[in-house]
Amino acid sequence: MLGKTLYDKIWDGHVVTEQDGEAILYIDLHLIHEVTTPQAFAGLRASHRPVRRPDRTLAVADHNVPTEGQALGVAAVADEEARLQLQTLERNVKDYGIEFFPMGDVRNGIVHVVGPEQGRTQPGMTIVCGDSHTSTHGAFGALAHGIGTSEVEHVLATQTLRQKKAKNFRVNIEGEPIPGVGAKDYALAVIGQIGTAGGTGYVIEYAGSAIRALSMEGRMTLCNLTIEAGARAGLVAPDETTFAYLMGRPATPKGGAWEMALPYWKGFFSDEDAVWDREIHIDAASIAPLVTWGTSPEDVLAITDRVPDPASFDTPGKRASAVQALEYMGLTAGQPITEAKVDVVFIGSCTNSRIEDLRAAAKIVEGRTVASHVRAMVVPGSGLVRAQAEDEGLDAIFLAAGFEWREPGCSMCLAMNPDKVPPGQRCASTSNRNFEGRQGRAGRTHLMSPVMAAAAAIAGRLADVRDYL
Amino acid sequence: MQAFTRLDAKVAPLPVANIDTDQIIPKQFLKTVEREGLAKGLFYDLRFDGDGKPKPDFVLNRPEYKGAGVLVAGDNFGCGSSREHAPWALMDFGIRCVVSTSFADIFYNNCFQNGLLPVVLQAEEVQALMEEAKGGNHLVTVDLEAQTVVSPSGRTFTFAVDPQRKEKMLKGLDAIGETLIAAADIDVYEMKQALAKPWLEGA
Repeated sequence: MLGKTLYDKIWDGHVVTEQDGEAILYIDLHLIHEVTTPQAFAGLRASHRPVRRPDRTLAVADHNVPTEGQALGVAAVADEEARLQLQTLERNVKDYGIEFFPMGDVRNGIVHVVGPEQGRTQPGMTIVCGDSHTSTHGAFGALAHGIGTSEVEHVLATQTLRQKKAKNFRVNIEGEPIPGVGAKDYALAVIGQIGTAGGTGYVIEYAGSAIRALSMEGRMTLCNLTIEAGARAGLVAPDETTFAYLMGRPATPKGGAWEMALPYWKGFFSDEDAVWDREIHIDAASIAPLVTWGTSPEDVLAITDRVPDPASFDTPGKRASAVQALEYMGLTAGQPITEAKVDVVFIGSCTNSRIEDLRAAAKIVEGRTVASHVRAMVVPGSGLVRAQAEDEGLDAIFLAAGFEWREPGCSMCLAMNPDKVPPGQRCASTSNRNFEGRQGRAGRTHLMSPVMAAAAAIAGRLADVRDYL
Repeated sequence: MQAFTRLDAKVAPLPVANIDTDQIIPKQFLKTVEREGLAKGLFYDLRFDGDGKPKPDFVLNRPEYKGAGVLVAGDNFGCGSSREHAPWALMDFGIRCVVSTSFADIFYNNCFQNGLLPVVLQAEEVQALMEEAKGGNHLVTVDLEAQTVVSPSGRTFTFAVDPQRKEKMLKGLDAIGETLIAAADIDVYEMKQALAKPWLEGA
């Protein structure tokens, strides 16, 4: 018998039964938030169905929340529609007995920061959430992906999801990166290489010495961006780094239960003789600090490069897209990308708002000053990340340099709350999508790592972090 | 879910690749607790200018495509966020079928939950349909039972669709009701798991 991949093993352990060629897959953890659940709860009510496992469901408020004044409570949220959505979530979790960290609670934050931080995310689990960046939790060797609202209702009602199995794709990243390069650059390098549809139909497992060397925060960044390569889920096999992160968190097993869980978790790895439908190899040392230049996450270039000429693309469709992207971004073919002046710097989002991200950025910022024309902000991923950063004095470093130090939430990543990039302004952002209008109508997004965003804030333009190490 | 059997409708060409769900329905329209009424936000930044006035050149604003029920679009349609508001907005606008060479995974799933038919055709077929849609006659027939799209000039393109998904969409079946037929299997699975992984109980 052939060996199994990590994905195969999680899948096999969660098939309840098959119906009409579709697997009914058991879901161990269902994370919910205010934006993609109101219609699901309305559906449950209409059909008089209960929530099957409220104990396997955890709710946070993150997409809509303002990142200041949270202590004033939901009633003080100025945006009427956002307030109604937040209040609807409050009512739903109360009616159905679901654990909820409300806005202002120190445990609240971005759903993909909170799950791991609380120890709810564990190896070998199946995890879903009505948010495409649920792929983040794959960093623990959990099968985790985004679902739509109809599927949210399905999981609430049945604790299962109807699924067809995806194919297996392994991305091997070997070797040591140059200074200034990390998980965000790995992810952008992968997306740049395979494209935003390159992973469609696959689950991607990241392997190799460069992945083993990553912290849990780095692995979360990498798995988070897997959806931007079109794959629903990313995976990293659990190891000692994973177990060390998990130990002692509120929801992780303790004592004898830990001793039982550990051997179970250690079984989640891909067998040597597992078969891969697709595989690529990347040398970590070949990756420079990267930024995006266009309006798709695959529009990637090294910070030392020049803006590409649309004529250099191989199909008429791509040439047309590049022309449009350059116009939208206000860039000229052939100009060094470091000439791009930035107006806004955003350090935050489910991609890069964890303690390690803030530490790395603070190291670049310390003793320096944000360029006078730049609005720079740091938005910690959760109340607990914020508190820890304050214990370490990171807030003081950011504030002294001229950054805003804000309260947790999705913030400027998606412009569903008061934090937006104004029209025509250019933002160096640690988030995950540079789509037209994503951070605000006519806002221009360049994706990059926290250290690169920090360097951009100081320089007032896109800059090579290696000049600031 | 709304059943989909056969549709005779106008097809509107949108020859752009990688149309993401932020473009289909921008974030300011996601703050609703309803499924209905999202048509106003569909392709908002493509349909309207900065002052909220319709852009006359955008395909769905052109009188000849008024009431279009089918959209033919470039590669990788529906990439990005998982928002089901994207298929809801398309449906609310009157679009019941999208034709492309490829779809992003979550969007594709969401379509089947709502009776919006995503049709994958070969690149040259999509191109041919796109060209015909730009012409004077843009009436097409999409037949899910037969798995065909008949172009304005009468060319027939055949598409593949998962048999179970096809069956459910033809009948407009509710997936939850069907899964709950296996409720006893879920009970048994949960009991076994509670013994094997006791640390996950009572968390």
